[in-house]
Amino acid sequence: MPLPLVLCLILAMLAAGPLVTPVAGRSWAGGALYGLCLAVSGLLLVAGLLGLAAAGAGTAPQLVRLPLGVPWIGAGFRLDGLSAFFLIVVNFAAAAASLFALGYGRHELAPRRVLPFYPVFLAGMNLVVLANDAYSFLFSWELMSVASWFLVMAHNHDPANRRAGYVYLIMAALSTQMLLVTFGLLSDFGSHLDFEAIRTAHPPVEIARLVVLAAVIGVGAKAGLVPLHVWLPLAHPAAPSHVSALMSGVMTKVAIYGLVRILFDLLGPPEWTWGAGILFIGGVTAVMGVLYALMQHDLKRLLAYHTVENIGIIAIGIGLALAFRANGFGLGAALALTAALFHVLNHSLFKSLLFFGAGAVLTATGKRDLDHLGGLIRGMPITAFCFLMGSAAISALPPLNGFVSEWLALQAILISPELPQWVLKFLVPMVGAGLALSAALAAACFVKAFGIAFLGRARTVAAERARETDRCSQAAMLALVAACVLAGVLPGMVVDALAPVVTLLVGFHMPTQSSEPWLTLVATTPERSSYNGLVLMVFIAVSALVAVYGIHGLASRRRRRAGAWDCGYPETSPATQYTAASFAQPIRRVFASVVFSARESVDMPVPGDLRPARLTLTLRDPVWAVLYRPVVETVDTAAGMVSRARTLSIRQHLSLVYAVLILLLVVLALWQ
Amino acid sequence: MAIIQYLLLQGFQMLLVLAVAPLLIGIVRRVKARLLRRIGPSVFQPYRDLIRLARKDVVVAHNASWLFLVTPYIVFAAIWVAAALVPTYALGLIFSWSADIIVIVGLLALARFFQALAGLDVGTAFGGIGTSREMMIASLAEPAMLMIVFTLSLLAQSTQLSSIAHYMMTVQVGLRVSCGLALMGLVMVAIAENGRVPVDNPATHLELTMVHEAMILEYSGRHLALIELASALKLTLYLSMLVCVFVPWGMALTDAGPLALLVGVVLYPAKIAAGGAALALLEVTVAKMRVFRVVDFLNFALMLGLLAALLLFVSRSI
Repeated sequence: MPLPLVLCLILAMLAAGPLVTPVAGRSWAGGALYGLCLAVSGLLLVAGLLGLAAAGAGTAPQLVRLPLGVPWIGAGFRLDGLSAFFLIVVNFAAAAASLFALGYGRHELAPRRVLPFYPVFLAGMNLVVLANDAYSFLFSWELMSVASWFLVMAHNHDPANRRAGYVYLIMAALSTQMLLVTFGLLSDFGSHLDFEAIRTAHPPVEIARLVVLAAVIGVGAKAGLVPLHVWLPLAHPAAPSHVSALMSGVMTKVAIYGLVRILFDLLGPPEWTWGAGILFIGGVTAVMGVLYALMQHDLKRLLAYHTVENIGIIAIGIGLALAFRANGFGLGAALALTAALFHVLNHSLFKSLLFFGAGAVLTATGKRDLDHLGGLIRGMPITAFCFLMGSAAISALPPLNGFVSEWLALQAILISPELPQWVLKFLVPMVGAGLALSAALAAACFVKAFGIAFLGRARTVAAERARETDRCSQAAMLALVAACVLAGVLPGMVVDALAPVVTLLVGFHMPTQSSEPWLTLVATTPERSSYNGLVLMVFIAVSALVAVYGIHGLASRRRRRAGAWDCGYPETSPATQYTAASFAQPIRRVFASVVFSARESVDMPVPGDLRPARLTLTLRDPVWAVLYRPVVETVDTAAGMVSRARTLSIRQHLSLVYAVLILLLVVLALWQ
Repeated sequence: MAIIQYLLLQGFQMLLVLAVAPLLIGIVRRVKARLLRRIGPSVFQPYRDLIRLARKDVVVAHNASWLFLVTPYIVFAAIWVAAALVPTYALGLIFSWSADIIVIVGLLALARFFQALAGLDVGTAFGGIGTSREMMIASLAEPAMLMIVFTLSLLAQSTQLSSIAHYMMTVQVGLRVSCGLALMGLVMVAIAENGRVPVDNPATHLELTMVHEAMILEYSGRHLALIELASALKLTLYLSMLVCVFVPWGMALTDAGPLALLVGVVLYPAKIAAGGAALALLEVTVAKMRVFRVVDFLNFALMLGLLAALLLFVSRSI
């Protein structure tokens, strides 16, 4: 598909925002808009697939320059393998979200505050991955940020959402500022804004280091790398659920696109220290993200914290790829980068799916707190099935897709003893342990999320009365489940599709998978390691069927229903079930007492006293306490001092101005 | 014709582990009883128990969902497949390449995930306590296991169990510190994952000590039979893994003749039985730990694994 047509499609989406504004309150507006977005995203998805196929065939990337933006430079756009891959990631999830919203959007209480910004948000994300000069990149980036900020503020009557919007605004500003610095340094202070020129002009080493630092902060603030993740668990849940899905599943991936584009494409040859730094941050992010998630009992916030964990896993892949590339191990770099990009795709699939599930639960019950749910599997069987598949995929269980990218990352770690640097020799096994820990804790966390919300007995009347969600939402969730299963059992096809992208970035690619017998996935050589999700799934299915038919045919197939085992205390209240907090208690005691200084205090009344016993749990977020609170306090103090100057008399003001003038003159005199 | 032969060899392995698993449990119980100066039941008692359970009606709680009903089959299938992918009597069977040791860890995680969910399904506090403790133990045991996997695969330059066993059999490994640490760590993980004595007691039904038993409290009849068989298979799997990595001698190499296969088939149950007897000896000599002492136990295993992996990372020629 020609690039001008792609840009026209994006423009149509961009125009739909203002056009829908006057009619956003009408009942048909939502259906029409989401229908349009579904169609356009579908076409853009096709464009991405064709672009990736073209990159695989070795066609040169398409370039378009529009007479917009900075004079004499214009706005450049380019569709190469990397852009095409991210176009697929963005638009598959966007199409699914639009389909979901066809049903979910009908329950929206404030459509006027959602509809105008939704297509602009989608268009902004598409433009970021296509931009080919610093100006259009930053413009699209800001378009994406601002549109998503309006969507976060859609339900602004809730003070928590207003705070989320405030924190998000500050962090988004930090992110853009840092990217401004990044591109300023990359373009030699604005002398060549075009990516084509940046690509050939390699900055000196000191400048390159500063670029990496600024890029990691700028992108990390958007993607949610610890400690810049603080806005993410506040802002993502505040938006309507289909937007939460896009923010968590896609917008963080667009940020990752920025990092990959800058580090592997625009900047010159890497140093191993960059890889080590990103690897360390990734490891910390993965473990911290999942520990935060385990402490949550708000379903959407739990999912948002899991995004932090998954971004950490992606960062581990990117860091390893940089370290390999710096040492000239092309195949290792290809393996690690393939793992990272595969995880980008996977996370966009299952995180969208899980947020849709949370949205369906929110529509059906009006509740996000796990401790107010329970037993939803009976009222909402299809949503429960989809959420279960998403949970299994994100917990890295074979034969689903999450396992494949985790497996590839572990394989990349296993070839890293060849790296000569001592720091990496110590760091990489530690990060490997962190990766394994985060996978195991993610499984625990999703047993909690699914088990407390969907299983057991209903804890509230709303959960008791929950009914299945609408057909459009179900179709969107089932499509994502199918994608998760397909990417899991046919990983070789995804790896082969990624080969041109990885070749573009590191010059090597993983072994061609389509030539392997039986669709097996091979990381480096078949003797070293191989995995076959398809055979495994067939094996499990056949074994389960053998067990079912064997035991039903040879032994008994009768089934009786009776009360659950109650130890002689019948009719216990649903409140006696395990809650999210009690489920996490052992893990909290093991990990969080160190990380979050978790403390439990029990207030037990003396016998005869009728007041209830109370358990108080306190958690301290180390990032807020150590990093943000001092900053906030400093800013507060400075603002207080400055505001005192407002009450000065006119004479004092004038003398102040005079003093500043003298000071500046002195500085100027010394400078000369 | 060759492919049929390969498939038969693989199918035989599936049946072999299924047949050996209850026997292993019987041997452990019998040896334990003898060490405690009891006579103990016959080693074939677990087979009788399983048959009796399978014939009984299933009694399901009123509010149990479809997930509760399918879980025993998923758990059993996942663990059976995992157990059949660990080399027992021969190396390089036809499906051994479809899953390496990381995948086997993943399959066990899959089984645990569904087992845990089923524990929460009926909505009693028993299921909750068992599940939350099981997940806590797993969250520590899995990283420890993966560190040991790292060690073994760095030694043998492969994550395939067949290749690792082949490496251990043919190359003069000698006494390596990493190997010893990995062996110790793997034994500790195996004890924790199978809920054996210092960590959990498979013979009690007291809510304060039980983890695994609390989780499956609601199961009965054929469902319980499958879950019991699955846990027997899991114990067999871990013992097979220990045997295949650290005592691989006697296993038939890839494409070996019938005599070598026969030797493998005869030796495998003998090795497993010896392992079971060693486990019983261990179980009668240590006391059960408090739940939160398990954390220290598993952290120790994790440190052993990490140390072993680090040693290999550092000792690789520079």
